[in-house]
Amino acid sequence: MEAVQETISAKPIVEIIPEPVESKVLSGSEALLDALLIEGVDIIFGYPGGAIMPIYDALFDYKEKLNHILVRHEQGGIHAGQGYARTSGKVGVVFATSGPGATNLVTGLADAQIDSTPLVCITGQVFAHLLGTDAFQETDVINITTPVTKWNYQVTDANEIPEVIAKAFYIARSGRPGPVLVDITKNAQIQKFDYKGYTPCKHIRSYRPKPIVRPKYLQEAAELINQAKKPFVIWGQGVILGSAEQEFKAFIEKSGIPSAWTILGAGAIPTDHPLSVGMLGMHGNYGPNVLTNECDVLIAIGMRFDDRVTGRLDKYAKQAKVIHLDIDPAEIDKNVKTTVPVWGDCKETLPMLTALVEEKTHTEWLAKFTEYMRQEVAEVIQNELNPTTAELTMGEVIRELNELTHGEAVIVSDVGQHQMVACRYAKLNKTRSNITSGGLGTMGFALPAAIGAKFGALDRPVVAIIGDGGFQMTLQELGTIMQTGIDVKIIILNNRFLGMVRQWQELFNQRRYSFVDIESPDFVKLASAYGIAGKMVDDRKNLAGALKEMMENKGAFVLEVMVTKENNVFPMVPQGCSVSEIRLK
Amino acid sequence: MSNQDTEKQEFNITVYTENQIGLLNRIAIIFTRRKINIDSLNTSPSEIESIHRFNIVITESEDVVRKLCRQIEKQVEVLKAYYHTNEDVIWQELALYKVSTEVIAEKVSVERLLRENGARAVVIRKDYTVFETTGHREETDNLINILQPFGLIEFVRSARVAIIKDSEGFNAKIREFERLEPGEDVIENEFLNDGDKVFTM
Repeated sequence: MEAVQETISAKPIVEIIPEPVESKVLSGSEALLDALLIEGVDIIFGYPGGAIMPIYDALFDYKEKLNHILVRHEQGGIHAGQGYARTSGKVGVVFATSGPGATNLVTGLADAQIDSTPLVCITGQVFAHLLGTDAFQETDVINITTPVTKWNYQVTDANEIPEVIAKAFYIARSGRPGPVLVDITKNAQIQKFDYKGYTPCKHIRSYRPKPIVRPKYLQEAAELINQAKKPFVIWGQGVILGSAEQEFKAFIEKSGIPSAWTILGAGAIPTDHPLSVGMLGMHGNYGPNVLTNECDVLIAIGMRFDDRVTGRLDKYAKQAKVIHLDIDPAEIDKNVKTTVPVWGDCKETLPMLTALVEEKTHTEWLAKFTEYMRQEVAEVIQNELNPTTAELTMGEVIRELNELTHGEAVIVSDVGQHQMVACRYAKLNKTRSNITSGGLGTMGFALPAAIGAKFGALDRPVVAIIGDGGFQMTLQELGTIMQTGIDVKIIILNNRFLGMVRQWQELFNQRRYSFVDIESPDFVKLASAYGIAGKMVDDRKNLAGALKEMMENKGAFVLEVMVTKENNVFPMVPQGCSVSEIRLK
Repeated sequence: MSNQDTEKQEFNITVYTENQIGLLNRIAIIFTRRKINIDSLNTSPSEIESIHRFNIVITESEDVVRKLCRQIEKQVEVLKAYYHTNEDVIWQELALYKVSTEVIAEKVSVERLLRENGARAVVIRKDYTVFETTGHREETDNLINILQPFGLIEFVRSARVAIIKDSEGFNAKIREFERLEPGEDVIENEFLNDGDKVFTM
């Protein structure tokens, strides 16, 4: 007791400022850029406009230290920021002006919020005295973005900037990461103030980013695991966000538990790891879905039981005891009732759990997954990857690509059939290799995200895999590629349809193909107009060569591959069905 | 899931927050997003400087309320969110009634009725008198009905405020947040260290 009191009293009630910091007069804009530098930011994706001009003016003097990428649309900017954050593990920084600039960020914010991507977005705002007057390019950005940000704040006085930016970075990257938006009125950007330096934020009284780990629950979890005959691990992006890949691998290798990934968890361990049994969810692998309803202990690690993973909830893993490891207490019991909740950062909880579990192998149980995989290969995968039909399939493109990347590339996919194919078949050796819009399913994500992904992983090849529909949603970002010369490989899998919707219309709407027939421009010519090399392939014999040419090309490359028009992605858990009702055809 | 978990009833949600612009909206949209109506909402400064207390009343099942509280507590500027049934709290609403002074002066019975209903005069002017009463919804409603025949001029009722019966240590807990402000220590989340009390596992 006394010792405790001592430590408390030893703590000064008011923190003594160590040295009288030399204050200097800065503008709000300069203070902002100073803060970014101290936070380790070296790249900004942005687009200028009236209300953010003072910041851009200050940026002119910082251009040696802060690389600003001029995108072609603010949505492209924020997706690039997301791609950057996802490959680099750092906070993505995005600039946009007020009004339309800010509203164009909304899709990306929602995407980053649902996929837990750390971002700090800075938006310009009209002068404080004009707020609420329907001024030119004034929009209530704070209220528009509240539901899609982890935190947001409007700055109207430059004195607030250092503290608010420090909070913004702390909130964006700590705990379960997410997007933060700071709206800065033009007067605050211009205002000169007494700048006393920048102190990174380490604590907010009302904010507990990491729940305390409770050993009691870890012990309960370990007991369940040690008694389990058919344990099954399902992991998500939490493993990657927590940089717990090694800890995760150690855990499954010691416990010998078959493990399947959610779309955002892909690549946390190499896809060919012997305990990695495949992908979960609507278009995941056969075994992981069926056996979810046969396992006796289900261990969910850093994943949130999205409806695309669980299918029908009242028929999901009802036979199993559920252990859920998550950093976000709100995820526990949200969708699936947990037997043992293990709150905490899995970087901390996994090693503790590994220490408690017995070293085991589950040979027979693992063989079940292999058996289901054998069936899936025979019924689906063989035809997809090595088709005997004349027309090309999406799967064989990914297979050929794997031959060239050897799993070392970052794969950025858009949304739709090609996304499912890419995530199912891409070989991934390294973590932070699978960049896709998981939760929000944002078509148009991939092209700008690939640009950001490349800036976040300059030493790795980055391949964007995009459908003909999604590509046309953000193709203006070819301009960004042109201007920056960034080396992004782009594969357009063109089936001349909005394929996923068409697949559903075929299967569930009696082939009433309602507005899914989409025409495209000549993508190669389009790329050429931007000075980007390109090629179109519609014949199997040219595929490997074209892919090789793309990968070896110095600089960006657009490869359009004409694929079968009416291919369906299987297996599939139809909506409203249980995971064990997964269809192979 | 037990019946108690899924049956709808009135719940009192108590939220301690930072005093920050926009937070009301951040909390309100947690309900509106799920198409849940807020029956009553009161927000005012708490006993701790710069910490506000929300009292929110909704009619929902415990299962839903529990999840809502976790979503509320997830907000950066929220310190704590608790939920309680009506049996777990002592609650009151304040009501003001404006009636013509002339009518009251003439009809003694009005004053008697007011006394009987625990109302007291706040302002007495030549032209009107304002009475005040506190109580549950039925009680304040009751007085409306009583005063209606005597020419009720205006009526207003506050949102509900509720004190939690089993709230030992609340004040200390909230103070702890303040004390720890400059430090970096991670203190436990109420959901985590008091799991049995706050919800069942």
